[in-house]
Amino acid sequence: MALLEVRDLTVQFETEDGIVRAVDGVSYSVDSGRSLGIVGESGSGKSVSNLSVLGLTRGTHTRFGGEVIFEGRDLLGMPDEELREVRGEEIAMIFQDPLSSLHPFYRVGDQLVEAVRAHHDVTKRAARDRAVEMLQLVGIPEPRSRVDAYPHEFSGGMRQRAMIAMALINSPKLLIADEPTTALDVTVQAQILELIERLQAETGTAVIMITHDLGVVAEMTHEIGVMYAGRIVERAPTSELFAAPQHPYTWGLLRSIPRLDSPRDEELVPIEGRPPSLITRPSGCAFHPRCPFVREAHTRIDPRLEPVNGKVDHEVACLLSSQTRRDLWQHLAAGEAPDRARAAVPMGDIAE
Amino acid sequence: MTRYIVRRLLGMVLLLILVSAVTFLIFNVFPSADPALLRAGRQPTAESIARIREDLGLDRALPVQFGDYIYNVFVHQDFGRSYINNTNVLDQIRQNLPATISLTIGGVLIWMFFGLSVGIISAVKHRTVFDRATIGLSLVAISAPVYWLGLVALYLFAPDFGVFGLGFLGGQGSYTPFSNDPVKWLQSLVLPWCVLATAFAAVYARLLRGSLLDVLNEDYIRTARAKGLSERRVILRHGVRSAITPVVTILGLDIGILLGGAILTETVFNIPGIGRLAYDAILRGDLPIVQGTVLFGAFFIIIMNLIVDILYAFLDPRVRY
Repeated sequence: MALLEVRDLTVQFETEDGIVRAVDGVSYSVDSGRSLGIVGESGSGKSVSNLSVLGLTRGTHTRFGGEVIFEGRDLLGMPDEELREVRGEEIAMIFQDPLSSLHPFYRVGDQLVEAVRAHHDVTKRAARDRAVEMLQLVGIPEPRSRVDAYPHEFSGGMRQRAMIAMALINSPKLLIADEPTTALDVTVQAQILELIERLQAETGTAVIMITHDLGVVAEMTHEIGVMYAGRIVERAPTSELFAAPQHPYTWGLLRSIPRLDSPRDEELVPIEGRPPSLITRPSGCAFHPRCPFVREAHTRIDPRLEPVNGKVDHEVACLLSSQTRRDLWQHLAAGEAPDRARAAVPMGDIAE
Repeated sequence: MTRYIVRRLLGMVLLLILVSAVTFLIFNVFPSADPALLRAGRQPTAESIARIREDLGLDRALPVQFGDYIYNVFVHQDFGRSYINNTNVLDQIRQNLPATISLTIGGVLIWMFFGLSVGIISAVKHRTVFDRATIGLSLVAISAPVYWLGLVALYLFAPDFGVFGLGFLGGQGSYTPFSNDPVKWLQSLVLPWCVLATAFAAVYARLLRGSLLDVLNEDYIRTARAKGLSERRVILRHGVRSAITPVVTILGLDIGILLGGAILTETVFNIPGIGRLAYDAILRGDLPIVQGTVLFGAFFIIIMNLIVDILYAFLDPRVRY
């Protein structure tokens, strides 16, 4: 049984402009000790779906649907007080900006101590010893004196290390990392990713890594889900996703990250257009306004997530036939522009 | 920190001299009652007036008068004597200060209690009926002038002539110093405290509500929830702890202003405080008393400002002087 299983999750926010369908029927799961990457642009629902796992999006104007099963218990319907015991103890979370995520008025050590004492009836002294131990574990130099520093006295990388220490201080079974490296310098990014990877290997914690950057999850996740407009549009084991990506949006993401093995003068290709409004979803396939390979029928038919060539672990929501997709990706992977690839591949006029 | 405080205290002295200069100028440039004439009795003669002018030092050049005053104040702590009844200004202020301090402290406690609790509940219950109702009511409380509110309160609750006279309250002019009779002191101040606190409580509730609503959207509040802290702890220890800083700033200023005399409240309830003293002195053209009360008012405001700034360094570890 999976450690966490999200089934057909929907999250809707009532606003003055209308109902925002932030998460629109998303399913994913992660097993103990494994790691899952969730990739997508801002507004794709990747953060909201994971904040909802911990009930952090609860409010009078939020509506939920589906199930979030963690070790057999449904977190979505769980009372606040019960869910509070899961937060930080069994599932922990770290966020994008470590400066704004730590309370500016409290010492780093006190914030770690608070995390321990929220769940364990231990003395301040014992909790503080544990805090020092954790700071040491995440590689903060001189943890015994740094434990009394304020967040603004730490560098960006150290703050994120402290956040990781705080998240892992109660040895949770699952760590959700929401864009943990986006606000950091590139050199520090690599260190933080290595740290998370190392700690995951040492502690066996399952990890959900949320990012807009496929490069971040390439090396450290077992499986990747690609989200677009509140849905998962492609799901595959990491190696499979990089070897044979199926969705035109995934192709766009892949071609927008720099690669060391491509020629130096090759230009990065951005995905044209902007993410769609989640209040008025585009008709048919939500990606069709931005898809270079759109057919007329795609504006009417809403694709479902279906296995690729009968593989259970690789699913895609795309109306193009698998043959057409394979041919298109061959051209794109060779560095051809989308319109040239499109011209080179014969495509049927209806939904295939 | 010490250097900062010393610098601020020096600045304070300069500011106080400036304030006295402005008061002094206002009194001498604009037409006001001639203090010598006021003192000269029912049948003033030109001679007696001239003698009184000489006694009071009013016949000297203005810059000399001012320089003399400043010298006496800052070197001898001598604020002069009242033109009207010849009492020592400093003694008079000392005598009236306890009433003002009593009024201020009680008012602050009441408005902080109601203002903060209503502010926190409104922010937590954002957009509920409670929130909308209290925020609407607070606007009424802010708009109601203190003297009107005071008169209405007396009309309704004064023990002697009030419509619903509350026997245990002291009425208008019943102020008794704490040292004489603590029970009567309390009875005499309950109504003024409530009247004074009403508008302030409303302002503070709105201020804290707004500030807390902003803070509750901060990332570190989400972190606190993600840690599994109780909602109570999230709101109080993490939310209010941050949201309270602007409130502390305003509180310092308000206390400073009130210690300089809550003129309206003191006048309506006839409480012999600094505000009442200043009000009477202005009516009588009693410059030394006016000067003294204005200087004290300015002093309290400046000192409270300094205290707030120092407090800030303790409230927010990022602030360093």
